[in-house]
Amino acid sequence: MFKHLDEYRDPALARRLLAEIAGVARGRWVIMEICGGHTHAIIRHGIDLLLPEQLELVHGPGCPVCVTPVGLIDKALALARRPGVVFTSFGDMLRVPGSRESLAQIRSRGGDVRPVYSPLEAVNLAAQNPDRQVVFFAVGFETTAPGNALAVQQAARLELTNFSLLVSHVLVPPAISALLAAPDNRIQAFLAPGHVCTVEGLEAYEAIAARYRVPMVPAGFEPVDILAALLLLVRQLEEGRAGVENEYRRSVRPEGNPAARRAVEQVFEVCDRNWRGLGEIPASGLRLRPEFAAFDAENKFELEGIEGREATMCISGAILRGEQKPPQCPAFGRECTPANPLGATMVSNEGACAAYMHRP
Amino acid sequence: MCLAVPGKVVEIFEENGLKMGHIDYAGALSRACLEYVPEIRVGEYTVVHAGFALSILDEEEAAKSFEAWRELQEAAAREGVDLFGRPLADAGDED
Ligand code: SF4
Repeated sequence: MFKHLDEYRDPALARRLLAEIAGVARGRWVIMEICGGHTHAIIRHGIDLLLPEQLELVHGPGCPVCVTPVGLIDKALALARRPGVVFTSFGDMLRVPGSRESLAQIRSRGGDVRPVYSPLEAVNLAAQNPDRQVVFFAVGFETTAPGNALAVQQAARLELTNFSLLVSHVLVPPAISALLAAPDNRIQAFLAPGHVCTVEGLEAYEAIAARYRVPMVPAGFEPVDILAALLLLVRQLEEGRAGVENEYRRSVRPEGNPAARRAVEQVFEVCDRNWRGLGEIPASGLRLRPEFAAFDAENKFELEGIEGREATMCISGAILRGEQKPPQCPAFGRECTPANPLGATMVSNEGACAAYMHRP
Repeated sequence: MCLAVPGKVVEIFEENGLKMGHIDYAGALSRACLEYVPEIRVGEYTVVHAGFALSILDEEEAAKSFEAWRELQEAAAREGVDLFGRPLADAGDED
């Protein structure tokens, strides 16, 4: 028995919650799980197959690896090819295909590309290798921004001049608003991202729930969490309510994590961002503040004029918008597999295509 | 990189001026930066993302959730039906 884990996988409790959902659900409802961690858990445990048929779950764009634009991956590749550069990244970015190749391919040709578990490891590498330029690929949502902010603060404290970030941070609430504002939107409720809310709190979600009249429930990542959250959402939908109810109280506080929010605020500022699959969304990303320009790889290295091209067969854009599901892609499981991914959604653990390939 | 499982803090130490810890995930040990959970103590559970602990799991809130779910089960039992609306004697057929 492992605490805070096994009890949320109790099959008897899961069955009770499923039955309660079936008892409450009358209408046809479309619910999006925005976070790739939820997509992964839902497919892995087959929750989508157990729900009453009038409830449809659609998978959202909440996979940071998947929404990083090809153009930015091409910039990462250009840096990784440069002599004298140690290119560091979370491991799941390594196999994401750019226009022509991936970081893993550069690495296999002898390029100095190193997967790291924490951005602080990249800072340590820079401290240990003063004659090399260490670049860290700072991707992710609100959950990785605090760590990346602290890495920059630490590098500044250590007065490192050979450490920089290639930043592609994205924010969840503006993406939710963009999906809801689309004229053909079908989504009526959101399973909100449990760990993003752990950092940023619930304020932005309350504003969206009120503005678009959609229920939002931040949820944990175990089957019982997801089912309990779906029950709260279906109850709200059936009763015509639209508010934020917090299923993941053991981790999410209404104010989020103040220390983490403060560090992000000190190091980053909000900017427009281009999302793979969704296009440009205003005020949906983070970039380094001008005070930290010395740690900005785009500032430090000549990266202008690099433009990415998408693989033509890949429909991951439609998948990220919740319009299509992976098995509808003609390449799914044929030309495109986890071993030979054509699109980012097949690479990451949190990508919808990879989740479907791993369905037991 | 957003996937995370809860782990238990088994040791707290300082490294390069930062508060760090060893976290036990069901027997596997790993390091995490604890700067964003300054008040965390050994024995408490945390959620770690990309090397950073982001929250201290609230035992009281966890217990309350289970209380609510237990009530849900009991309420149905009192009415003599399971949550599918079938008489309780038939419940558990699918086990
Ligand atoms: S299966 Fe592969 S090619 Fe098809 S959408 Fe997914 S990632 Fe793209």
